[in-house]
Amino acid sequence: MQRPIVTVWSLLAVDVSEKDRKRSLVVMRQSPYGSSLSRASVDLALAMGAFEQDYDLLFMGPGVLQLVAAQDSEKIGVKNIGRILSSLPLYDMESVYVDAAALERYGLNEASLVLPVKLLDDPSLRSLLNDSDHLIGC
Amino acid sequence: MNYALLVLSSPVSGHGARTAAHFAHSVIARGHHIERIFFLDEGTSNGSAVAVFPQDEADRLEPWTNLADDHCVELVLCISSALKHSMLDEQEAERYDRATTTHPAFVVSGLGQLIDAASHCDRLVTFGG
Repeated sequence: MQRPIVTVWSLLAVDVSEKDRKRSLVVMRQSPYGSSLSRASVDLALAMGAFEQDYDLLFMGPGVLQLVAAQDSEKIGVKNIGRILSSLPLYDMESVYVDAAALERYGLNEASLVLPVKLLDDPSLRSLLNDSDHLIGC
Repeated sequence: MNYALLVLSSPVSGHGARTAAHFAHSVIARGHHIERIFFLDEGTSNGSAVAVFPQDEADRLEPWTNLADDHCVELVLCISSALKHSMLDEQEAERYDRATTTHPAFVVSGLGQLIDAASHCDRLVTFGG
């Protein structure tokens, strides 16, 4: 009979300490190879994972192109951003959100992306932006 | 209130960097604190001690160095962006056998410095991007 009580208390303890932690949202808005900013933001996301931060990723606008599975950057001599992004789940990142309207605009769907994502319509996109403690827009 | 700034804009293109420096000065003038200013991607060029700008235009380096000299604000250039943008402090210049190109008010360090500042500040404000 003791066990459930102990579990409840440990859950409460976690809940209190978690309250002080900040929840960041890294917003990716740049196409993958148009500038160096996309790569800088991907590096930032990887670093946040390495430093055990609570963070989510949001891809919106041309940023959704970073997630395209069928991308090949070999001939422009830079690393494949999609391949780097596909390693993100190893870094304990919470969720990857995608602006559903942007995905549709580029004729893409969830199956054409390198990661499992959560699609957001405009109202849920707005509430995600409102609910995060910090937005890091790159 | 405690602020951290992320500067993505280059001093050469647009006015994002100038706006960021003005914002930082205003924040301090109103009695707030700046935890750290972190420069990423093209923003790292703001730390250049060697860039020469037209004499009849506003000084682009001084607003930053004043923040460090007068208000002890930490100015940190992201190392991976800095190296690509020719921004080498003394230590990196020695490591890669190159000339030093950053102003001594700036330090070159890792993304951990941005993450650390973000976790301590009340507001993280991004300029550019």
